[in-house]
Amino acid sequence: MEFTVNHQALAYLVAAVLFILGLKGLTHPSTARRGNLYAMLGMLLAIVATLLGRDVQAYGFIIAGIAGGAVIGVIVALRIQMTAMPQLVAALHSFVGLAAVLVGIGTFLHKQDAGLLNAVLMGEISAGVVIGAITFTGSIIAFGKLQGLLTGAPVKFAGQHLLNAVLALATIALAVYFAMSGSILALLLMTMLALTLGVTLIIPIGGADMPVIISMLNSYSGWAAAATGFTLHNDLLIIIGALVGCSGAILSFIMCKAMNRSIINVVFGGFGSDGNSGASAGAQAAEKGVKSAAIEDAVYWMEDANRVIIVPGYGMAVAQAQHSLKELMELLEARGVEVKFAIHPVAGRMPGHMNVLLAEADIPYDRVLEMDEINPEFPSTDVVLVVGANDVVNPAAKEDKSSPIYGMPILEAGRARQVYFLKRSMRPGYSGVDNLLFYQDNTSLVFGDAKDTIDGMNNALKGSGH
Amino acid sequence: MPEMIDPSIIALYVFVLACFIGYWVVWGVTPSLHTPLVALTNAISGIVLIGALLVAGDPNAGILVQLIGFIAVLLASINVFGGFLVTHRMLSMFKKKK
Repeated sequence: MEFTVNHQALAYLVAAVLFILGLKGLTHPSTARRGNLYAMLGMLLAIVATLLGRDVQAYGFIIAGIAGGAVIGVIVALRIQMTAMPQLVAALHSFVGLAAVLVGIGTFLHKQDAGLLNAVLMGEISAGVVIGAITFTGSIIAFGKLQGLLTGAPVKFAGQHLLNAVLALATIALAVYFAMSGSILALLLMTMLALTLGVTLIIPIGGADMPVIISMLNSYSGWAAAATGFTLHNDLLIIIGALVGCSGAILSFIMCKAMNRSIINVVFGGFGSDGNSGASAGAQAAEKGVKSAAIEDAVYWMEDANRVIIVPGYGMAVAQAQHSLKELMELLEARGVEVKFAIHPVAGRMPGHMNVLLAEADIPYDRVLEMDEINPEFPSTDVVLVVGANDVVNPAAKEDKSSPIYGMPILEAGRARQVYFLKRSMRPGYSGVDNLLFYQDNTSLVFGDAKDTIDGMNNALKGSGH
Repeated sequence: MPEMIDPSIIALYVFVLACFIGYWVVWGVTPSLHTPLVALTNAISGIVLIGALLVAGDPNAGILVQLIGFIAVLLASINVFGGFLVTHRMLSMFKKKK
């Protein structure tokens, strides 16, 4: 029996259903692995159905490409540290972007030889190439910032927005000209401009806004795939591209909401650039000074507590303190203390970053709670341990109208009986805003590397032996 | 012969409806799995591999087109294999209390 386009289309339909079920599996951790399996099966089916189709006749380059990609992909996936997940994701996004650019240009050259070009097709090629190019260079910049190759601070210069607007308009103009004329020069020039635009769009965005940027680039990579689907009249690519595009867009929305900022504000404006807040409540509180505490003080309060809540942030990832926290959890639980973890949606450098690190340390996911679930529990909590987080527990977001983070939903750690901040120094969080929680009477700061401090707590708990 | 709808319009139908499916499905994803969600969507956006196969797979297309196709296949394959495997690694770590 011959494998016709109709067979192929039906196989694509099954693959699309498998991909949708795969995403649906992520509704709960208990079904998530099965979901990933469904998605893998969908991909396998899609690849086989494409290879069996009439359009694919030469296999040499394809086998070499897939084999090479498999080897590189598997090695990277097995070796990567969980803390480096944001960088890996950024790098992978850039590959999707570049692949979309290459497929667009390759399709153009192919159809040009065959004399099959028309304005609609070239318009679709433009969309795929432009979105792919922005995804490619934008993701490379994001990777550079996350990996520490580029400065994580926002890079700003005069006329930045004007430059971006001019680049965007010129890109669109070239796309229109290309669709009308079929000029390869216009196609290449348009690609160059889109590549530049990817750089200039992402370079002004600070390291701490990375959860939004990762989500946005995730979304772009989906739209690039969908545009490629339009170019090739391939419904599977369109469906999957739309799914991924939506997913990234929803994550961007969730992250922005968790910072009480609009996507426009993240993309076009750096944090704290909305004017000077003058002598804020923070400055006044600073005069009161802060209390610092020794490890033993924190241990003294924790070992007799009924409930301890741990609030991890990016600092925990940097210090690789998750495994020490697991031990602390076990030592406290052995004393009958209830231990929970509270996660703010934008803690870390990508959505859900903290959850993965805690899972890596074997901390059961039913101990890890989201902001809305855990906030009502703080008032009845004896000790809160803040590990490398800052802005996400800052009461200024609720109380100080002049604060740049005013309106951002926070973890209400300050309502607990005792708050211990594990901090390296008095440096403020990424927003550059002083933390009012430092100056509350029930707050003490424990200075030092987060991992060393927690190891110290663990040793003290082991030593005190009840 | 009845008048046919332009295939690009049909593609637009598919696209818009798929956006709705994506919207409903993704809102159901639990926040604790947002990193695996990014990794998984990243792996499945490696579906551009299909497009790359079509570019690389025509023996009459000339060496330049095939080379472009080859690089696209390579990049998309890194995404597919790396993306699924790293998602699996992460999801295997999410456990309940024993």
